[in-house]
Amino acid sequence: MTTLQLKNIVKRYKSHTVLDDLSLDVADGERLVLFGPSGAGKTVLLRLVAGVIEPDEGRVLIGGEDMTDVDAEHRGVGMAFQNFALFPHMSAFDNIASPLTATRSSKDAIAAGVQKVAKLLKIEHVLSHHPKALSNGQKQRTALARALVGSPPLLLLDDPLRNVDAKLRFEMRLELPRLLAAQGATVVYVTQDYKEAMALGDRIAVMSQGRIRQIGTPQEIYNAPADIEIARLFGDPTINLLDVVPQKSGDGVYIELSNVRVRLADYDGDVSGKSCVLGLRPETIVFVDASAPGAIPVTVEAETPLNEKTVTLAMTARGREILVSRPAGTPGPTAGPAHIAVNGAQAFLFDKASGQLLPRSDIESKRNGEAA
Amino acid sequence: METMSPIERVLRALALTLVVVFFMFPIFWIFLMSFQTNETILAIPPSIVFSPTLSNYAALITGKLQTAAGTLDIAFMRNLGNSIFLSTASVAVALVLGVPAAYAFARHKFKGSEDIAFTLLSFRFAPPLLVLLPLTQYFQWLGLSNTYFGLIWVYQLICLPLILWIVRGYFEDISADVEYAYRIAGHSWFATFRKIALPLAGPGIAAAGLLAFIFAWNNFVFALVLASADKQPVTVGALAFITSSGIQYGQIASAIVLSVTPTLALALYAQRYLVEGLSLGAVKG
Repeated sequence: MTTLQLKNIVKRYKSHTVLDDLSLDVADGERLVLFGPSGAGKTVLLRLVAGVIEPDEGRVLIGGEDMTDVDAEHRGVGMAFQNFALFPHMSAFDNIASPLTATRSSKDAIAAGVQKVAKLLKIEHVLSHHPKALSNGQKQRTALARALVGSPPLLLLDDPLRNVDAKLRFEMRLELPRLLAAQGATVVYVTQDYKEAMALGDRIAVMSQGRIRQIGTPQEIYNAPADIEIARLFGDPTINLLDVVPQKSGDGVYIELSNVRVRLADYDGDVSGKSCVLGLRPETIVFVDASAPGAIPVTVEAETPLNEKTVTLAMTARGREILVSRPAGTPGPTAGPAHIAVNGAQAFLFDKASGQLLPRSDIESKRNGEAA
Repeated sequence: METMSPIERVLRALALTLVVVFFMFPIFWIFLMSFQTNETILAIPPSIVFSPTLSNYAALITGKLQTAAGTLDIAFMRNLGNSIFLSTASVAVALVLGVPAAYAFARHKFKGSEDIAFTLLSFRFAPPLLVLLPLTQYFQWLGLSNTYFGLIWVYQLICLPLILWIVRGYFEDISADVEYAYRIAGHSWFATFRKIALPLAGPGIAAAGLLAFIFAWNNFVFALVLASADKQPVTVGALAFITSSGIQYGQIASAIVLSVTPTLALALYAQRYLVEGLSLGAVKG
């Protein structure tokens, strides 16, 4: 275990700035997920930490030591690559053994180390094979084994599940947290899949265009996304975003959805009269009877049953589309007119002009907002 | 695969035979000539039936050429030895210099790297005769003319650009991630070069080395101008067969057979590497 600190990292390729004054602290034993669209600079950042790319500005500290000018082979990190990067002319055994041969361990110690990690990853039976003869899943496990075998205190995983099929990815997503926990290493994990990010990360750093947009626990990011873009990236189905203008009235702030007033419990008068975007997670919306308080009339357009949930596309009276998600097997309308209810306490408001999350008035939410 | 009708099969075999005969005939004819005397070679009409003689080979190996005008000394075996030594040494030097340079050009884009690489390639554009005149002068000043060292140096004009440019392409095809992975595993850049880059570019290096060897072997004009009799390779040595009493076709043919054999053997041996090298393409893990 070790810590990782990045201080004001800048990396440019020609005139294109890939990492723009980026700073990041990863605590001892923490699993940090770098999440973001492709081209956000995640992979470059990981390679900077590994030492195969040099930053133009800024410092990289591993375990408090300045490693910026230290060669990759002396940084003592383990890394798994997205494209596996196995050595095609070596057997799986020699691939996995490569970090051990570098330290000139004895043959027996190398064999024991490789066997141990191969057993953990269930690839003992293919150790004599060359990468060409391995399935994608086995390649990926070999690459992981190579990263794990030397028990590096800092483990860098560059989207290791990207190039494996969906079934395997699901399996590995369940298996990885246990593996990483057993390893006891500090982990930086890159992914483009928000589910992976939420399943694996102690904290998630959301990156785009070479900067970190928000950093926090999966719950913080899901429940208080710093801006509209992040709100859209997390969640399936995608969050509902509706243009609204909240109004202060009597005891609180209200918005109107199809002429039905919804109270936003967490917001105060500051947002009154401002052009806002309302964010509503599809799973916070429920179908209700017409007689229920706050029932909003909609027309059900389509229903998509997914495995564990059913997603309904509904249209409001003013022609705005709303996605509603409910656990599979629960009753709900399949077509025609229906009513929905919105929980104002679970909605968030973004400033329409800047896209930034508007701070809530209650203290706890506010703190979340600032941490973000 | 669909089965062919007998007629199709026969036609195919016929077509293949024709192609093989067309390409192999000159070699075959020279092979036959090498066992004939000048008289049977020049007989009209030429005949495929003759009583074979080993006198041509005997003349080459003993170095005594019997002509109508008397006995001539020829240094063919020495020429052959020179060819083997010059080509091997040139390729060896070119590999030692060229492979690390190719790696540097492939992996490190430094200022002016493209210009330097192109300048090296441009040696191949220059007509040898244009280079030779000043080179002869310099070599005389430097005392390098008619030395193996000087010849091997000049042969770098042929071998080095070839090896540099072919091998560079092979290095570029190796995914940088594969090398990064080895570095991160704790190995120095030199270990990475030796254990990852070299083996993966191996087929390409073999192919480039073979090509360079053939080019060096076939070189004529550099050796003609810069070397005297005892340092000349077979290409120049073959001139000795044009004697005052006529052209010794039989000896020329057997000299060709002998001088083609090493390159042919090398090409056949390296064939699998060549094919592997050409089909390897991008290295994927």
